[in-house]
This record gives sequence, C-alpha cells and structure tokens, in this order.
Amino acid sequence: MNKIYSHPRSLRDISTHYCPGCGHGLAHRLVAEVVDELDIRERVIGIAPVGCAVVAYDYWDFDCCEAAHGRALAVATAIKKVRPDNIIFTYQGDGDLAAIGTNETIHAANRGENLTVIFVNNAVYGMTGGQMAPTTLIGQKTATTLDGRRPDLHGYPLKISEMLAQLPAVKSVQRVSLHSPQEIFKTKAAIKAAFQNQINGAGFSLVEILSSCPTYWGLNPKAALDWIKDVMAKEFPLGKIK
Amino acid sequence: MPKKILISGNEAIAEAAVQAGCRFYAGYPITPQNEIPAYMAQRMPQVAGVFIQAESELAAVNMVFGASAAGARAMTSSSSPGMSLKQEGISYIAGAELPAVIVNIMRGGPGLGNIAPAQSDYFQATRSGGHGDYRCIVLAPYSVPEAYTLTALAFDLADKYRLPAIILGDGILGQMMEPLEVKRIKIKNYPKPWALTGCKNRKAQVVKSFYLKEGTLEKFNLGLQQKYRRIHEKEQRCETLFLDDARIILVAYGTMARIAKSLVIDLRRQGQKIGLIRPVSLWPFPDKIFQSLSRSRKNLRFLVIEMSYGQMLEDVRLTLDGKFPVAFLGRGGGGVPTEKEIINKIKKLK
Repeated sequence: MNKIYSHPRSLRDISTHYCPGCGHGLAHRLVAEVVDELDIRERVIGIAPVGCAVVAYDYWDFDCCEAAHGRALAVATAIKKVRPDNIIFTYQGDGDLAAIGTNETIHAANRGENLTVIFVNNAVYGMTGGQMAPTTLIGQKTATTLDGRRPDLHGYPLKISEMLAQLPAVKSVQRVSLHSPQEIFKTKAAIKAAFQNQINGAGFSLVEILSSCPTYWGLNPKAALDWIKDVMAKEFPLGKIK
Repeated sequence: MPKKILISGNEAIAEAAVQAGCRFYAGYPITPQNEIPAYMAQRMPQVAGVFIQAESELAAVNMVFGASAAGARAMTSSSSPGMSLKQEGISYIAGAELPAVIVNIMRGGPGLGNIAPAQSDYFQATRSGGHGDYRCIVLAPYSVPEAYTLTALAFDLADKYRLPAIILGDGILGQMMEPLEVKRIKIKNYPKPWALTGCKNRKAQVVKSFYLKEGTLEKFNLGLQQKYRRIHEKEQRCETLFLDDARIILVAYGTMARIAKSLVIDLRRQGQKIGLIRPVSLWPFPDKIFQSLSRSRKNLRFLVIEMSYGQMLEDVRLTLDGKFPVAFLGRGGGGVPTEKEIINKIKKLK
C-alpha cells in the first residue's frame, strides 16, 4: 500500500493559537508541504513577521528568524547574501508588508533579490485588534474605520502586488486564495513555483494569499470564505499578475 | 617595517572592519561618514564580502540583524539623525543577542542639525538608545590609529558578548587624516552555534527577541543584566595622565580628549598640577578609576569638557557621588571648546 498523505515533516504536530476559521494555519501548512516536497527543509530559513503570524517559528520545524515589523525583506536580503545556498523566504501580513514595511518590500523587489515572499492579505490588522490595513476594502468596518473605509479619508485598498509587478527585476507575482479546496490547491502550486524560482536562481517571487479573518470581519468561518470569493476577490483579482 | 599610509578616520574604521573579518556592510549615505560606505563598496567585493547600499537606515540596520543572524561579522555606519532611525534595529539586535558593530560619526543636532562635529549622542549611545532595557558597548577613539584598533576591538567584543558594539566618533575624527600603520589584526573566531544555517544535522533553531509567555521575558532580561554586569566589571577602558599628584583632573573623550590631552601636557610643562582621564569605553563607563580616586584622594577638582551641553558629565557626577566638585565646559551645535576657553575655565576653578 502506498502512503499518499501524511503530516508534513516541516510542520510541528501541535495546535496553533489562531482563531477558528483563520487562514494562517492553512498557509503555514502549505508552506511546510512545499518545503518537504522540494526537499529543502535543511536549507530553508523562514523570516517570521510581526503580526498574527509572529510565532510562525513555533509551528514550522526548520530554521527561522525574527524580523522587526515590516523589516522582513531587509533581514531576508542579508541572510540570502550571506548564505546564497540556503533558501530564504519571508511570511508577512498586509500591515507588515504593505504599510510599515512598504519601503523594504519595494526595494528588495526592485533589487531583484532571489527570495520567496508569502504575503498573507486578510484586509485587517489581526494581532492588534482589527484595525484598518492598507488592504482594507472600501466600506469595510474595522476598529479604526467605524463607519467603513472611506476613499476620501483613508484612500483606496493598496494593490501592492500590482505595483511590484511593474518592477523589471521582479520575476513573478501571483494572487491566490484560501476560500475553497480548489483555490487551496492553486495556492500550494503558486507557493511551490515561488520556491522553485529561488532554487533556480530566477529572482524575486511573491505569492499574495487572500486569507480569512472571521474574528475581525465579524463573520462566521464559512461566511468569511464566501466574503473572500464574493467581495475580496473582486477588489483583488486572483491569478498570475506577472 | 609595515608601511604607513595617510588615511581618514572614516576609512581607518572601514579598513579595520575588513581586517577584523567584517564580511557584511550595509549603509545609507549621510554626512560626515560617507567615506565608510564608499570604502566598503570597494573593499567588500575584494574580500568576498557583501556591500549593500540600503534604501534606508532602518533597512541597513535590519540587514545587519539578518547578516549577523546568519553568522557573518556585520557592520553599519551612520551619523546622528541616521542613528536615531537605527535605534529600532539596535534594540532588536540587543534583544536577539546578536553581535554587530555600529559606527556613529556624530554631527550637530537636534533634528537635522548640521554636519559639524559634535558629541551630543552620548546619552543615546550609552543608555538604551532604542526601547527596552539594553546596553551597547560604546568605544570612543580619539585618533585615526585608535579608530583602527578600537573598531577591531569592537568586533571582538561584539562576538564575545553577543551584543551591538558602537564606535562613537565625531565629524572631526571621521574626516581628519593621520598616518596609520595598517597592522594585521588577529581575529579570534567565536563559535556561533546559534547562527541560522539551515537545520542540517541539528534541530531547527530560531533567532528572536520575543518572549510572550509570562515570566520568560523577565528571565531573559535577568540574563542580559548579568552579562552587562560582567562587561561592566571586565571591559572598562581609559587613558589617564598625571593622576598621581594632580589637583585638577580634566575628563574628556574622543576629539575633545585630543584637545584636552595636549593642553594638559602643556600646562604640566608650566608646572600646573593637572591631570587627565580619557574614557575610551563610554559604556561600560570607566568608573573604577574615579572610585579609586574617591577612596585615596582629598581636595580634587574635576572639569568635564564635551562637545555637548553635558552628557558624559552625568556619568562623572554619578560615579563620584558628590565626593569631589565637578565643573563643566561644553559647546554644542558644532562648537568645539578651545584651549583658551578651557584655560579660562581652569583659572576659575582655583
């Protein structure tokens, strides 16, 4: 009998601190599965963000490094330069990558650093209590946009992936989602391709993952997945951007 | 005989770093330290090292965090306004117990200030400049040759104690050229089992400064404090002149000490009972020499001279604890106390 599925070696067999219905657990697992399938567990170094996934290193069973809020790609740039044979990825939320760390994000991308970026977009700051994120949708109620995000006051949802795709040194940018099993498979394929790019020395690859935050969206887990499909993916269209 | 070259303080710091095994440099342009990144841009590729002109001071210091986490000897440099920006990263480096060397070639402040030499970042360097209860080793060279040796020492101490070590110079030291004998530096290699290399043949490990579980951060901090006490005990450095019979002791560091030292030598020739304490390590502050004077002497007077409005002054006063009167002469914003001003101040002490 062939064993066709098992717990990923790169994921510790413990429960996470994430809320019910949160996408982070899935995203962590997909990264772990890809690391196993590419057989890079002993070479990989993950950079954990500040935000809900701050203790991602408690869940992954490979080397990890902390980074200050927003600075993951500066840290990753240096680790990759010092250890070019290792496989370096960052795992960052929307506030981390597209607000406080926008500068580090744009410049690491513009230098074409040979890195893999897992960008989890759930349209809110989760860790700190559901405040408006750069990716919060128009009309979306958050702890700091009580009547919903207003373009005249708060600007528009920041499409950082589309911005990064403009840069000549960026190899690949893809937006995927965790709202259904089919989309989860596509997400895994996108993550795998982004790691494969680095292994091939192809350069900067980013995967934006639309991920649910039932707690701060005020929805139950199923409704949150539907909201990604029906609302969020309209603002952030899925597919290969570059 | 090793040849002597004419070199600026900034370049001497950069060359010392290379000789001390620094293989990663990231920096951002700011005057008056621009010779350091320019020198590193040339030298790092020659020694198979990494040079990155970062997009910001924040990125530069966080790159140093990453390079150090990966096991490299790493350095960044800046000047006062840029050092303010780096404080976040320095706090994280201290919190993750990573070694790193950070150079501050100070200029006038506050704010954008000017590009003239100053010593107004003493507080920032010797206290926790960023958030949290941490310390950096702070070394203050007063000449180009000493900038060379202290930079090498900074790399050694940073590795030995796993903390950020700061070279605190000023615009005069950075720009001034002096003859330097480029000596080969013996590098002591400290094992770095904590470095991130990929988990081949060992358990996965993490570099972090985050201790969320109740009590764990306090426990970690107590460990840091223990390390700081050890450094305070073992790593005090200073130069002293004519303390045996001095009635007045000048206290100055860096460029200010250069001026004070030559004045003390002149005044000695004229028969004045004057001496000098030149702190070389600003943290740990060399309090032992002051304490020994407190125990053994009577009727001493101290004059602290700084290119600031009185920062090291506080350490001298804290250390002497009211035992002797401590006077102060300082100028800021690019002003440098002159010999004449110091002499006038000394006359008023008598």
